[in-house]
Amino acid sequence: MCGVPVAASHGASNLTDRPGADDHDHSHHDHDHHHHHAGPPSPHLEGALISARAVSLSRDGRAVLQSIDLDLSPGEIVTLIGPNGAGKTTLVRVLLGLVPMATGDIRRAEGLVIGYVPQRFDLDRAIPMTVERFLSLGRSRDRAAQQGALVEVGASGLEDRQFTELSGGELQRVLIARALLRNPTLLVLDEPVRGVDYAGEAELYALISRLRSERGVGVLLVSHDLHVVMAASDRVICVNRHVCCSGIPEQVAQHPEYARLFGPMAARSFALYRHAHDHKHDLAGEPIGTAPDAKSGARLP
Amino acid sequence: MLRAMLAGLALALVAAPLGCFVVWRRMAYFGETVAQGGLLGVAIGVVLSINTTIGVLGVALLLSLLLLRLSRQSLVPLDSVLGVLAHATLAIGLVVASLVRGPSVDLMAILFGDIYAVTQADLNWIAIAGLISFAALLKIWTPLLSLSVHEDLAGAEGVSVEWTKGIFIIVLAVVVAIAIKIVGALLTIAFLIMPASAARPFSETPEQMAFFATIFATLAVAFGLFVSVAIDAPGGPSIVLVLTTMFAIAMIPVALSRRAR
Repeated sequence: MCGVPVAASHGASNLTDRPGADDHDHSHHDHDHHHHHAGPPSPHLEGALISARAVSLSRDGRAVLQSIDLDLSPGEIVTLIGPNGAGKTTLVRVLLGLVPMATGDIRRAEGLVIGYVPQRFDLDRAIPMTVERFLSLGRSRDRAAQQGALVEVGASGLEDRQFTELSGGELQRVLIARALLRNPTLLVLDEPVRGVDYAGEAELYALISRLRSERGVGVLLVSHDLHVVMAASDRVICVNRHVCCSGIPEQVAQHPEYARLFGPMAARSFALYRHAHDHKHDLAGEPIGTAPDAKSGARLP
Repeated sequence: MLRAMLAGLALALVAAPLGCFVVWRRMAYFGETVAQGGLLGVAIGVVLSINTTIGVLGVALLLSLLLLRLSRQSLVPLDSVLGVLAHATLAIGLVVASLVRGPSVDLMAILFGDIYAVTQADLNWIAIAGLISFAALLKIWTPLLSLSVHEDLAGAEGVSVEWTKGIFIIVLAVVVAIAIKIVGALLTIAFLIMPASAARPFSETPEQMAFFATIFATLAVAFGLFVSVAIDAPGGPSIVLVLTTMFAIAMIPVALSRRAR
């Protein structure tokens, strides 16, 4: 499904700052990582769409974000996971420039255009709104472009529908269409499968992967749900106010910090999920060899 | 009568689309509080011997800023803050008005307006302030709509959120100040939210709602003044009565609809 092999972007966009940290010893490597703000910050990643170093923010004397590093390269899908209240949405709002950070440094690529799909989009029913009018609020009044965007996200024919009559999946597609109308180089999607059923979830992640490969955009996903989203990501950053651990999905799933946050079941069931989809079965149920694109193809149809 | 009609129509043209935002942004009580401050504004205007409309505008702006500031705390809920301020200004206004001797403060006129007492000077004021407010509202229409739909999305797409909200609050204060002259402190908010509310069931887009609201408001002014003259009733309340009827008629199909909206 996704054309970019997982490993390709892994080395280039490794979050940890110590050379050689990207080895197979995950049990220690990120414990050092979230204390690294004591030392000098690592340089920004060259060629990244967005590169954040040591981003911190407190609210009412309580640390919300502690020295967070984040890099996102063109064509890469990075997922922020973490429990509720871990500061994921706050981090996104800081990256979008909606909230000032207390300390830290964010470097944005020249010409960076962010298409944002916010979390929790409950349009007040007091506001009458058609899909078409909603799309034109994003500053593209070109009807052909709007229809093109709707076709691209698989939501054509919804133009005249009232916004409040959309299903969860339709709503997310329309939101993505509005983001695409800005011709973004980076898509930021906060909980994009909220209010979407399981099959719809898989379709949405397939859409996001397709947008990545067709448009070459970088994608920053936010999720508290683990399995599907992790399987669709090149790299996962587990956040709980600080960066607990990060790396390719398999690494993070086996990381003790991850297990501590989400429970050992999460890691086990993630492994099962991966296993269940990286090969096909014959009629008798025997595996029939591993698909050549096993890792990145580990997705539902 | 002609001046009353012109003043009412000028107000309707700007108050109706503005009222849509009051409805969309759930600011009815906010507007109510600012309007109730009008009594204090008139009293201050009389005490300082300045134009009472300037006094009303000043108090409306100060109250708006105070409300904005207090809305950022969460120790006391916003509706309580609004209730405190609305009644505080009403009480202070009543006390100050009672201290001003003589006929200079006509309490009934302030609370319920006196559209037939609008002078040529008032009319000029209303026309100028109304025109500027209308132009400002047109200018911020899209960004304000965008942030009313979703503030973070609007912000991420480059809308200057605080600036747009600030302009909106100022326009609201100005329109409330001129509306007090016509329909009085107690009925001003009706002039803002009733046309918009009556228009909602017929509207597919925000602009349609603003358009229908404007039609309803102008019709209500014309018909209300006609009724008022015919049965010798006060002008402002008659207009609000017509708006109430319009709202009731608009809502009947909605109330009967099985699709409980």
